Amino acid sequence: MLKINKLNVGVDDKNILNNINLEINKGELHVIMGRNGTGKSTLSNIITGKDGYNIGGGEVLYKNKNLLDMSTEDRALEGIFMSFQYPVSIPGLNTMHFLRTSVNSIRKHQNKEEYSSGEFIKVFKEKLAIVGLDESFAKRSVNDGFSGGEKKRFEILQMLLIEPKLVILDETDSGLDIDALRIVANGINNFKSKNNSFLLITHYYRIIEYLNPDFVHVLLDVKIVKSGDQKLALKLEENGYGWLKK
Amino acid sequence: MDKVKRTKKQLTDISSSEYKYGFKTNIEEERLPNGLNEDIIKSISKIKNEPKWLLDFRLKSYEKWKKMKEPNWQNLKYPKIDFNEICYYSSPKKKKLKSLDEVDPELLKTYDKLGIPLDEQKMLSNVAVDAVFDSVSIATTFKDTLKKAGVIFCSFSEAVIKYPDLIKKYLGTVIPSSDNYYAALNSAVFSDGSFVYIPKNTKCPMELSTYFRINAANTGQFERTLIIADDNSYVSYLEGCTAPMRDENQLHAAIVELITLDNAEIKYSTVQNWYPGDKNGKGGIYNFVTKRGHCKGNNSKISWTQIETGSSLTWKYPSCVLKGDNSIGEFYSVALSNNYQQADTGTKMIHLGKNTKSTIISKGISAGHGQQTYRGQVKIMKNAINSRNFSQCDSILIGSNCGAHTQPYINIKNSSSKIEHEATTSKIGEDQLFYCNQRGISTENAISLIINGFCKDVFKKLPMEFAIEAQKLMEISLEGCSVG
Ligand SMILES: Nc1ncnc2c1ncn2[C@@H]1O[C@H](COP(=O)(O)OP(=O)(O)OP(=O)(O)O)[C@@H](O)[C@H]1O
Ligand SMILES: [Mg+2]
Repeated sequence: MLKINKLNVGVDDKNILNNINLEINKGELHVIMGRNGTGKSTLSNIITGKDGYNIGGGEVLYKNKNLLDMSTEDRALEGIFMSFQYPVSIPGLNTMHFLRTSVNSIRKHQNKEEYSSGEFIKVFKEKLAIVGLDESFAKRSVNDGFSGGEKKRFEILQMLLIEPKLVILDETDSGLDIDALRIVANGINNFKSKNNSFLLITHYYRIIEYLNPDFVHVLLDVKIVKSGDQKLALKLEENGYGWLKK
Repeated sequence: MDKVKRTKKQLTDISSSEYKYGFKTNIEEERLPNGLNEDIIKSISKIKNEPKWLLDFRLKSYEKWKKMKEPNWQNLKYPKIDFNEICYYSSPKKKKLKSLDEVDPELLKTYDKLGIPLDEQKMLSNVAVDAVFDSVSIATTFKDTLKKAGVIFCSFSEAVIKYPDLIKKYLGTVIPSSDNYYAALNSAVFSDGSFVYIPKNTKCPMELSTYFRINAANTGQFERTLIIADDNSYVSYLEGCTAPMRDENQLHAAIVELITLDNAEIKYSTVQNWYPGDKNGKGGIYNFVTKRGHCKGNNSKISWTQIETGSSLTWKYPSCVLKGDNSIGEFYSVALSNNYQQADTGTKMIHLGKNTKSTIISKGISAGHGQQTYRGQVKIMKNAINSRNFSQCDSILIGSNCGAHTQPYINIKNSSSKIEHEATTSKIGEDQLFYCNQRGISTENAISLIINGFCKDVFKKLPMEFAIEAQKLMEISLEGCSVG
């Protein structure tokens, strides 16, 4: 699904990611952990195509296509989805209208039938119940005045509606209360299948426990310094990152 | 079918048939020399066969204008206008083009996007269809139906001849020629415009509509519109404007006067998409307009709705004087400035009568290097007890090179009245567009979704067919817009 080879990324003169290699196959869930400011969100932004970074070599392949040549929009249409660490609010843009435009653009691109407004409302209500938001959100502007936890649930709602192939979850668990975390984790687990892939960025073991990842990677000082399985995450939870430092 | 288009079609029919009757053919090839002086004004008046009282009105206005100073309080920057370089009267001496191939393809693209059919594209781009001219009003459609209802809807010049008493009674009563520099100028040199009179107890049987257009190079436009709604009457009036590409800036200084008597209502809607200049700010219309409504009668109502996407400069404050008790004034506005456009626009609500109410909803959109100022005055006088005003002024910025400014002036002279004022400014930034792109929504689409949401409260005040046109216009005006 996703293959990153020898990727180097910088901003201005600063080196943010160095020689990153990562391969995520269909049906896999990978976790990236690491201290603040080590480049986790930067990596997500590179995969989704945000402007403003210098790519100093390396390649990113998605379904064997060179991702770095594609616009953000095309990547999304091709099935890449990111749950933002900090979702922005868009005052004036009605949530329902936004969701329908997004979902239908992507469905159209993937040759699936676009939802009529009746169908969409039905699917919307169904998924809304899964993430535990109430219907009044439909009338509000996108992320406008949503609480931190509501924003994260709204990201998951979008994932469920869009049904992407590759999902990046950038600290989706941060800011969720204990019940919400369980709700969101269940939502992810239900959607996860052998046809899609996940890259989860987190600081906490709790969500990892819910999701049973296939791999856990540690990003420290611009590099992936260690990869392992769920046990690695548990060890980090108990001991921190200090022991990894040379 | 789209009513606006139908109207334009009918305009075509009517004006060409009027040509057959030789209507105004005598002046078809006329153009006065550039410059402004008494002789020019006398010539205009003569061409139009005006009575002496109107010539006197013009000359008096000209005297006033000469003593006035061009206003400079507005937040607009432009080179000094040389009023002697302008031609104050030209009738449609058109350079006819042979086919659409000769028309600027950019202009045709815009017409296509607006969904204007080929014939109308020809008409609009000056290809051998005689329909719309400079300076000569063609707002004389639907005459029969209107006649049956007793409604008068004709060109201003025609009204001067046929209904001199009404004109004499109301001309300049809402906007005296000394009101401001541009009003004085218009009063001296106005070329034509529309006149509407709705008799007592009459609901005008159709929406009245006028398409103004600026055509010949270096031609100033000085329309004058006067609408009178007598007791218990109602009219909805649509004003639409388009202008072709021109390199030199063209001056436009119109006057619109509205008068409502007891229990009468006028709804006045404008979609203004004159040439805004090119991407670098070259060319475009200078639009200095004075629009004011006088709610003279008790329980009367005047409502202004405007969508301003064109012109390189806009200076415009459609206002209401609420004289009658319980009268209502409304102002709904969307103004957009993209590239190097500048708009200084807003309204004045002057409350004189008891229990008068006013509502102001203003939505300003700035993109590119556009500058936008909302300037609004709410004045509640001593006798206007129990009066209310609600104002909401929202601005949205697309990118970081544009600007939005809000200048409310509030003045209440009694203690039983209340004013509420809300204002917000938001910004469409890179992060928001990235978010939308990440959800499979293109930048253009995202901007238009956000802008439509932003303008919704005003668009819904427009007659249906205008609302659709307005929405399309916004899209076209914001095309290729970026936040970088
Ligand atoms: N546009 C930018 N300009 C300057 N520095 C940047 C820019 N973007 C990222 N950085 C820097 O790159 C580093 C990595 O940032 P990033 O957001 O990827 O960290 P992160 O691992 O996601 O951190 P956190 O766990 O706090 O979310 C940080 O030091 C950050 O300040
Ligand atoms: Mg981060």
